[in-house]
Amino acid sequence: MEHIISVTVENKFGVLSRVAGLFSGRGFNIESLSVAPTLDPSMSQMTIVTSGDERIIEQIVKQLNKLIDVIKVVDLNETEFVSRETAIIKVHTKDADRAEALRIVDIFRANVIDSTPSTYTIEVSGDPKKIEAIINLLQPLGIKDLVRTGRVAVAREPVRPVAMQAKKVARD
Amino acid sequence: MKLTGAEIFIECLKREGVKTVFALPGGVVLKIFDTLHQQKDIEVILTRHEQGAGHMAEGYAKATGKAGVCLVTSGPGMTNVITALADAYMDSVPLVCFSGQVPTSFIGNDAFQEADNVGLSRPCTKHNFLVKDVNDLAATIKEAFYIATTGRPGPVLVDIPKDVSMAKAEFTYPNSVSIRGYNPTYEGNKWQIKQAAEAIMKAKKPILYVGGGVIFSGASQELLELAEMTQIPVDMTLMGLGAFPGEHLLSLGMLGMHGTYQANMAMHYSDLVIAIGARFDDRVTGKVSEFCPYAKVIHVDIDPTSIRKNIHVDIPIVGDCKTVLRELNQILRATVNGEQKDLRKPWWDQIREWQQAHPLTYHQEKDGPIKPQQVVKRLYELTKDRDPIVSTDVGQHQMWAAQYFKLAKPNRWLTSGGLGTMGFGFPAAMGAQAAFRDRLVLCIAGDGSIQMNMQEMATAVVNKLPVKIIILNNGFHGMVRQWQDLFYEGRYASSYLDTTPDFVKLADAYGAVGLRVKKVGDLDAVLKEALATDKPVIVDVPTYPYENCYPMIPAGGCNHEMILEDPPELKKKQSGAAKVTPEDKDTVLTA
Ligand SMILES: Cc1cc2nc3c(=O)[nH]c(=O)nc-3n(C[C@H](O)[C@H](O)[C@H](O)COP(=O)(O)OP(=O)(O)OC[C@H]3O[C@@H](n4cnc5c(N)ncnc54)[C@H](O)[C@@H]3O)c2cc1C
Ligand SMILES: Cc1ncc(C[n+]2csc(CCOP(=O)(O)OP(=O)(O)O)c2C)c(N)n1
Ligand SMILES: [Mg+2]
Repeated sequence: MEHIISVTVENKFGVLSRVAGLFSGRGFNIESLSVAPTLDPSMSQMTIVTSGDERIIEQIVKQLNKLIDVIKVVDLNETEFVSRETAIIKVHTKDADRAEALRIVDIFRANVIDSTPSTYTIEVSGDPKKIEAIINLLQPLGIKDLVRTGRVAVAREPVRPVAMQAKKVARD
Repeated sequence: MKLTGAEIFIECLKREGVKTVFALPGGVVLKIFDTLHQQKDIEVILTRHEQGAGHMAEGYAKATGKAGVCLVTSGPGMTNVITALADAYMDSVPLVCFSGQVPTSFIGNDAFQEADNVGLSRPCTKHNFLVKDVNDLAATIKEAFYIATTGRPGPVLVDIPKDVSMAKAEFTYPNSVSIRGYNPTYEGNKWQIKQAAEAIMKAKKPILYVGGGVIFSGASQELLELAEMTQIPVDMTLMGLGAFPGEHLLSLGMLGMHGTYQANMAMHYSDLVIAIGARFDDRVTGKVSEFCPYAKVIHVDIDPTSIRKNIHVDIPIVGDCKTVLRELNQILRATVNGEQKDLRKPWWDQIREWQQAHPLTYHQEKDGPIKPQQVVKRLYELTKDRDPIVSTDVGQHQMWAAQYFKLAKPNRWLTSGGLGTMGFGFPAAMGAQAAFRDRLVLCIAGDGSIQMNMQEMATAVVNKLPVKIIILNNGFHGMVRQWQDLFYEGRYASSYLDTTPDFVKLADAYGAVGLRVKKVGDLDAVLKEALATDKPVIVDVPTYPYENCYPMIPAGGCNHEMILEDPPELKKKQSGAAKVTPEDKDTVLTA
């Protein structure tokens, strides 16, 4: 099953490779991974989308916690969360296609962020299904370039890190 | 006053109580060596290979319980020590390895002898650091020792660029360490411990399965109390040997692939497995789906990732063995009464029956070829009063040492379990000897393995480390040959060693003492002579080449389905093969 894991790490060089190395070395899946600084400049926030059965997810969370540079791990699937992904899509557009492209942009509440006589560059954000859908619609027009950020997510309420929850689960 | 990076390095080591550094120099660490050379508090043992330095630091650490320290240069020095780091990582050995690095301004330019030391060691260290600023050096070293020795111990690398060792900074050593992402749990969850106590009281067929964690934690006393109070039998892993006295009536010996019959049967038929500081390695579980089919499992481990990694656990307790066992014992002391003994009588009757049905056996003919088990057994009997430290290499001899050398106390057993590193034994023994100059240190080696770090004999001679090496010389990579005989129809692909050096002459060439046991009748006399020598000694013992190590659970097999002796076809073949001398290469190769 797909899990979104939110990992707070030290903002030090080499941390990304420790996390990436953990996943590749132990054969865990990464569907997407995004990293950016947080309000506190000494920390960064990673959002990792991964998949696996319960035992594998438990190991992923524990192994992440074990890394010295990892400060906090939250498996967002344990709580309610909101997530978004952004895609930037450059489409080939000529003549009538240009109007069609704008209609699609409108329907999906996307934005045109650049335009040349033969292209539109479109920005769209939402859940993965929405992004897949707009891509499918734009494909016939001719997609020249597509970049996606991977998902970022946040819990709706403050949550305790998984390490502490694990103990609680064990008690139940 | 400002100190150079090299001076800071030494001040930090002193404050960590480091007495010995195993090291080999090179360009980028010369400043550090030069500074070490001008002081007397820390002894530098110059090894002949960086792998040797790493294993010596491991042996030192395992015997003392403190962090071992090694120092190597950049590039090839670093790549050479990687095997030892990987070994220490698998076996949770506290180690701090310092590596030299090219000057910071050269990093990334493919400078001479540059290697990405942090990148190379990342997957085989608990943590690692590149120190880019001399002002960070002291705090980093403090953190390195802290991380290496706390929680689940492990190796930590500190990479020091040349310019950092030369630059100056004000020296202050932090009193304490606080790392927000690293807080090992020592106290077990009280509620879980109570659950465990209740399960123990109720169990009819309980078994203690104890491993290296008990030794790291220094919990042998607590374990002894628990076992004696509850009369629960004790199985030890290869890494746990010595955690519980091997001769104790409650000890069933080692379990697992080459464990005793009773240890494995008791595990398989148990209704409550109490795992303490052991990690359910595949050499122990065999086929996971059929592992301990009737048992509830209690698992005490300081590392949450060890729990439920391989098998399902009913009562997980994250914590330190010593702390958890103390609490558990306290609860049990108040509740245990005579009833448990009666409750478990049928279990003990069953275990004694297993023990009698298939004890460890071998057959030593009076004038026949020397059996390896006989050598280990006699060595044990001749030395047990001297409380020796015993190291092994990897192979059949390692398993026979595990089976027949019964350790009474922890921190006496140095062996490579997780990585299974041939060449570990001799340097590890030297590291222990460097820590305890007056103790008896034995190395039970294979003729294949010993050749992997033979060069360290020079280090042993120069530094007066009188390790006693006993080579069980079967002319083979015996463990490989055993598998080939059992599973590859006896085709000895690259397992026959063809030619081995004359170990007696080799010892002599290094300025050590070489002895050979020519026949079984001479065994005691030669061993005694070796033990009475105050120099490093090699005792070369040519042993029967086709002896196989049993019991054996084939990889992926079930714990109650052990091979207990050579299958009939093999016996027949070997009665002919026994006449072949290892020199007779062609016959052996076609045997
Ligand atoms: C040729 C060969 C054959 C082998 N055959 C066998 C065999 O027959 N039987 C066998 O048992 N092994 C065998 N091994 C060794 C095997 O591969 C493993 O190394 C071994 O089983 C692991 O031992 P362990 O479970 O005690 O774990 P260790 O590797 O010693 O790990 C210790 C565990 O304790 C935990 N721990 C550490 N400190 C603490 C603390 N303070 N408090 C609580 N927990 C702590 C750690 O987190 C870890 O989970 C063999 C190896 C070789 C090379
Ligand atoms: C560095 C390394 N290479 C290869 C192996 C695989 N291996 C395991 S046991 C063994 C044979 C060991 O031979 P020897 O030291 O003579 O011991 P014996 O089994 O004969 O007692 C080999 C090659 C290993 N464990 N380590
Ligand atoms: Mg051999």
